[in-house]
Amino acid sequence: MKGKGSAFKYGDNVDTDVIIPARYLNTSVHSELAKHCMEDIDADFAKNVKEGDIIVGEKNFGCGSSREHAPIAIKASGVSCVIAKSFARIFYRNSINIGLPILECPEACDNIESGDEVEVNFDTGKIKNLTKNMEFQGEAFPEFMQELIAAGGLAAYIKNKGDK
Amino acid sequence: MGMTMSQKLLAKKAGLKSVRAGQLIMADVDLVLGNDITAPVAIKEFDKFGKTDVFNKEKIALVPDHFAPNKDIKAAEQCNCMRQFARKNEITNYFEVGQMGVEHALLPEQGLVTAGDLIIGADSHTCTYGALGAFSTGVGSTDMACGMATGQAWFKVPTAIKFNLTNKFNKNVGGKDLILHIIGMIGVDGALYESMEFSGPGVKNLTIDDRFTVANMAIEAGGKNGIFPVDDIALEYLKAHGAKEPTIFEADSDAEYEKVYDIDLSTIKSTVSFPHLPENAKTFDQFDKINIHQVVIGSCTNGRLSDLRKAANILKGHKISSNVRCIVLPATQQIWKDAMHEGLFDIFIDAGCAVSTPTCGPCLGGHMGILAEGERAVSTTNRNFVGRMGHVKSEVYLAGPEVAAASAITGFITDPNTIEEN
Ligand code: SF4
Repeated sequence: MKGKGSAFKYGDNVDTDVIIPARYLNTSVHSELAKHCMEDIDADFAKNVKEGDIIVGEKNFGCGSSREHAPIAIKASGVSCVIAKSFARIFYRNSINIGLPILECPEACDNIESGDEVEVNFDTGKIKNLTKNMEFQGEAFPEFMQELIAAGGLAAYIKNKGDK
Repeated sequence: MGMTMSQKLLAKKAGLKSVRAGQLIMADVDLVLGNDITAPVAIKEFDKFGKTDVFNKEKIALVPDHFAPNKDIKAAEQCNCMRQFARKNEITNYFEVGQMGVEHALLPEQGLVTAGDLIIGADSHTCTYGALGAFSTGVGSTDMACGMATGQAWFKVPTAIKFNLTNKFNKNVGGKDLILHIIGMIGVDGALYESMEFSGPGVKNLTIDDRFTVANMAIEAGGKNGIFPVDDIALEYLKAHGAKEPTIFEADSDAEYEKVYDIDLSTIKSTVSFPHLPENAKTFDQFDKINIHQVVIGSCTNGRLSDLRKAANILKGHKISSNVRCIVLPATQQIWKDAMHEGLFDIFIDAGCAVSTPTCGPCLGGHMGILAEGERAVSTTNRNFVGRMGHVKSEVYLAGPEVAAASAITGFITDPNTIEEN
């Protein structure tokens, strides 16, 4: 599986309150959440993001609340992958559980700027910055997490297993 | 190699003799928690499993506390979604408005948590119950759904940081100052993926409420859980609240820790975390006068009876500044009643505070005290992220109840030791 698109670059500690502010948590409709994704740090994100685009953060991406609405909002925006130096643990769990690919790769984060064309191979963890012609090796997912993401998340994964 | 307290508990719940850091395990959970924000998402996921029943209707807790009493139509619909699910599945521990309180104060109070429990909650501050020697951690809605269906959750066994506490607090200093100090020291990702294990002779000098406050904010250092040893103080609390029989886990003497910090509690000073991260912790010798517009006393961090007592003790005989709105939110109905009978409400209301029914309310910028552009609040809550309590250009300063009450009186962030006692 691959993801390809333009990068949206942010800094350290992007928290779930800015990914999807609490004032919009009175709904859980995915498309509604996507409309307000990243609004408090990047008011134009929802307008500019295209299918396949990639979010790149620095350290502790997704810190703060356990709201699954945060990775849902990102996924529903069309984002194919989030790359960061490190992820906050609940965000990490939630992303895997809902089938949003996320990769840790400090080197890539240092060498990707907003607007760069980036391609990510989820199976191998390889990240290419096509604009700068650079390549990085992120940590590939353990097998069970790959299966989870391929199934489209934990719910589908458990159901598939139960059906077998 | 020895195991930490958290590791031993996880091994037991996974049915394994031992576990090591980094290992992926499936474990049985004792309680699955959700609230009016996270449960509706989990309920949708739950329906996808195609299962008709929850794994155990007594081991699920559903608390409408965030936007309840319903702040608007959408919130009303979310609460209703949870209510209908609770009815249909005969969930024993569903707490309707009138019984509900802020979840992390409510569950221990209702005796739903005991030492040795493994608890997941679709709320990041689920880590609070570590104060009672449980392994409890925040998860997302999908994990909650899976937990409700199967009674299990996957975990990556964490490494741990040990905080060795000695001595005791000075006057007007408490659990909140300690945890803000620790987060200031190690940073908001200082304990990322790790357990924060508290130990040492100083533990006995922390009240159970101090421990709740400290464990509550483990997540603000990125921690997976925060956990305290189970001593007489914890056992007494469990007994008084009718909790199940406790199981006590102790760290092995040769357990490995990533880091060990020694903290002398008598050196901790009143601490305030500046916007927009809990790690921006400062003491009063490190900043000048900062005017404020609002004070919030409440939340799962500091909305318990002892917190209200500390605030009332400072506010007694004083009036709050005419530039400030001070909002007091007792965390549960029981706390509300106790505070009322003790006469704390007389003190608050005579001082000019508003006293609210239990709710998360302003803590997450929901309702009951939203900030306008440019406004500043001192709050006993746990997060001061951009826009957390309202407008993106508003600011939240985190502090304990003593600092919050003192600041309400003067209108600027104030050291409680400078307020005259009545
Ligand atoms: S009081 Fe605040 S931090 Fe605690 S559960 Fe409610 S919203 Fe979350």
